[in-house]
Amino acid sequence: MNISYSKFTLPNGLDVLVHEDHGLPIVAVNVWYHVGSKNEVPGRTGFAHLFEHLMFEGSEHYDRGYFHPLQEAGAALNGSTNADRTNYWEVVPSNALDLALWMESDRMGYLLPALTDAKFSNQREVVLNERRQNYENRPYGLAGMAIVSALYPPDHPYHWLTIGGADDIRAAHIDDVRAFFQRYYHPANASLALAGDIDPEMGVLMAEEYFGEIPAGEKPEPVTVAQPAPPAEDLKLVLEDRVELPRLYMAWHSPALFADGDAELDLVAEVLSSGKTSRLYRALVYEQRIATEVAASQNSREAGSFFQIVATAAPGRTLAEVERAIAKELAAFSEKGPTSGELERCLAQAEAHFLFRLQTVGGFGGKSDQLNAYNTFIGDPGYFEQDLRRYRSATPEQLRDAAVAYLKPTRRVILSVVPRGRVALALSGSQPVTVS
Amino acid sequence: MAVDRSRIPGLGPERPFTFPEIRRSALANGVRVCTVQHRQVPLIAVLALVPAGASSDPSDRPGLAAITGDMLDEGSGDRSALEVHEALGRIGAQLDLDVGHDATVLGLTTLERYMERGLELVRDMLIKPRFEQREFDRVRDLRLNRLLQLKDMPPALADRAFTQLLYRNHPYGHLPIGSEGSLRAMMIRDITSFHRRAFVPSRTTVIAVGDASHDKMADAVRRAFEGWKAEATEPIADPETFPAPTPPATRIALVHRPGAAQSELRIGHVALPRRTPDYHAAMVANMILGGQFVSRINMNLREDKGYTYGARTAFEFRRAPGPFVLHASVQSDATADALREALGEIRAIRGERPVTRQELELGRASLTRGYPRNFETADQIGRGAAQLALYDLPDDYFTTFVPKVLALSEGDVTGVAAKHIDPARLLTVVVGDREKLMTSLKGLDLGDVADVSVM
Repeated sequence: MNISYSKFTLPNGLDVLVHEDHGLPIVAVNVWYHVGSKNEVPGRTGFAHLFEHLMFEGSEHYDRGYFHPLQEAGAALNGSTNADRTNYWEVVPSNALDLALWMESDRMGYLLPALTDAKFSNQREVVLNERRQNYENRPYGLAGMAIVSALYPPDHPYHWLTIGGADDIRAAHIDDVRAFFQRYYHPANASLALAGDIDPEMGVLMAEEYFGEIPAGEKPEPVTVAQPAPPAEDLKLVLEDRVELPRLYMAWHSPALFADGDAELDLVAEVLSSGKTSRLYRALVYEQRIATEVAASQNSREAGSFFQIVATAAPGRTLAEVERAIAKELAAFSEKGPTSGELERCLAQAEAHFLFRLQTVGGFGGKSDQLNAYNTFIGDPGYFEQDLRRYRSATPEQLRDAAVAYLKPTRRVILSVVPRGRVALALSGSQPVTVS
Repeated sequence: MAVDRSRIPGLGPERPFTFPEIRRSALANGVRVCTVQHRQVPLIAVLALVPAGASSDPSDRPGLAAITGDMLDEGSGDRSALEVHEALGRIGAQLDLDVGHDATVLGLTTLERYMERGLELVRDMLIKPRFEQREFDRVRDLRLNRLLQLKDMPPALADRAFTQLLYRNHPYGHLPIGSEGSLRAMMIRDITSFHRRAFVPSRTTVIAVGDASHDKMADAVRRAFEGWKAEATEPIADPETFPAPTPPATRIALVHRPGAAQSELRIGHVALPRRTPDYHAAMVANMILGGQFVSRINMNLREDKGYTYGARTAFEFRRAPGPFVLHASVQSDATADALREALGEIRAIRGERPVTRQELELGRASLTRGYPRNFETADQIGRGAAQLALYDLPDDYFTTFVPKVLALSEGDVTGVAAKHIDPARLLTVVVGDREKLMTSLKGLDLGDVADVSVM
């Protein structure tokens, strides 16, 4: 499975990737900046994401909201920030490619002259409301913060979630925007992918025309962090929340995105919790009925990942029962690994999911996003086949070995989220944590 | 050559887009078959549409259609529940089961080379579910637990209160998941009987879209479904025949959520059926009012005031009139102000601030120029075809959409807004902290604030 593409690096350092697909008269424009919340520092968290919002509010030569001209042209558009990168995309009718490139290049080159206090304070309020809506006012919404702050020490850039702390967002200053833009938003720290109804040569020429004039910047130093040591023994925590059913989160440090063991742990997660025949679902939800749901995931990130299992206790059942059942399944897996049938099923699913992601030229997870992901993280936009091979070549022994090496039974971060006032429902020995 | 940054570039000539051909056939037992060739990736999407959903629930069994749908993959034909999922996993299938107000749609996407196995699984789930007691008990428990958890989710509380207060005893007056009491009272025989009445070949449409020829797909569907025998049963009532709902007893209601970090809002009233002749104008009116980022309401509440992460409106089109509804989650201390602004925008578009030429063009352009994007994946195309089947829309529906939208004038759009959005009939639901909100809500001039609890 290969996605054909052309790659060209402009003199100012901007990588341009073009993939041709004339299925529909649309083109995806997708820009990645290699900056995310891991480039932030304590006290200034949430900034990369707040900055992303400002990228939609106008630039020097189009000092109005970016949605208007693009939606009028028939575009879909959005952006997102995570720990490692920030992306912006439009999917436009073929005849609006000039417009999308003009606008993407204007905000890459000329954002700051259009920045005002009014825009900044408005978007700070919007982001605080985003935080309330998606974290504070949502059941279990603060659990993720408790997990990462327990897994990583306070000065580690994965210690906080991308949304950041509410006080930090309030404390953000407009001057920070200027410094952040100058440091991270320039061609050498970006990758532009075009996919769809476009001729590759024309795509490169157009990219050169719109982005070529933007001055080269200095490529920021990659964020290097010491891999934090896992806890010497289980670290048990409890968080009270407005929920009906207690839920258990179990987390371990695991290999970084694309590192040895990363794909294996992805497959381990599949064997454990994907579908009703997966080990944890079958044991906890289907057979013993002690949990209402269970999910395992390898959360792959550039500077180190974490593997997580989450299970919600069924009414009348305890988190201790849930914990024991998970531990038992993990022990069995660590002893014998997956059966060949299990591995075969997971590979079929991995291959299908790969194809599902390549059905669209743009948006989150479409071909243009994937080209940029490979280019940004490994410098090879055509990594598709090799990426898939990481999965296809995995053996049952490798999956077992990865589980043994990383999912250690007594060195976990374990968070119990319990209904308010019912701390007794947590695993015994859990220390209270507060997050807000 | 330097870029001209004095103005944004105009659009080039439009490139043609033709909606892919839907080829239709029918089996001897009445099953309707649609196929669409889509050669982009070696995948195939199969959708089975049965026009029976939550509005077909008996009045004392809300949730029956949804749990029936949920039981389809819990053992069928000669496969147990686990065997069904083992078989799905082996072909990398993505299964999606959706029970809405008017229909149940079972969708499966898989690699093209597994088309036959995928169709066989869809067929067995659709027509040979086992409905075993043991599996039912477990599935019902999971649904009850889900209901329990929804009590803590402001959007779910708001949807439930809005639906119940708006439609009252009407078949649209409950969410598909149903209620605790009803789920507890439900028996396997309720499910078996509902399945027998609703899942019949003469009312089923099977759609296959993907990387294969029409003939190959149609043959595969025929082989899978031709053995399905029709049974003479009492037909399910068509929502088009439902009597109109009784108007709500209140204009504003509060669901108390102590200490809520935000207020969850719904504002709306019963509006239009999918087959309304005003469909296209209503779509454009909605784009201008609250249907996209640059709409009046989102620009006001988010980009001007910063009250919310986003606000949107929609006409929810169904076979019988569905609601026009605004959704937003706003910061608590701005609740009354946000409601005032939203209600003001809804009122204004009917004439006080009619649709301008510029807004008309923006609304029409967003809908028409972005139209091809809706048909990129096999699943999207399949869902488009399913809409035609569910709402009895004409074959040329997709090709006439753009010209019909482009033919609309400012007057048409303002007129349709005035005709179909009625501020006097709007029901407002707020999920938030009573102590913080009650005084300011009373000041909105919407009459008594009904204090309601749901679930």
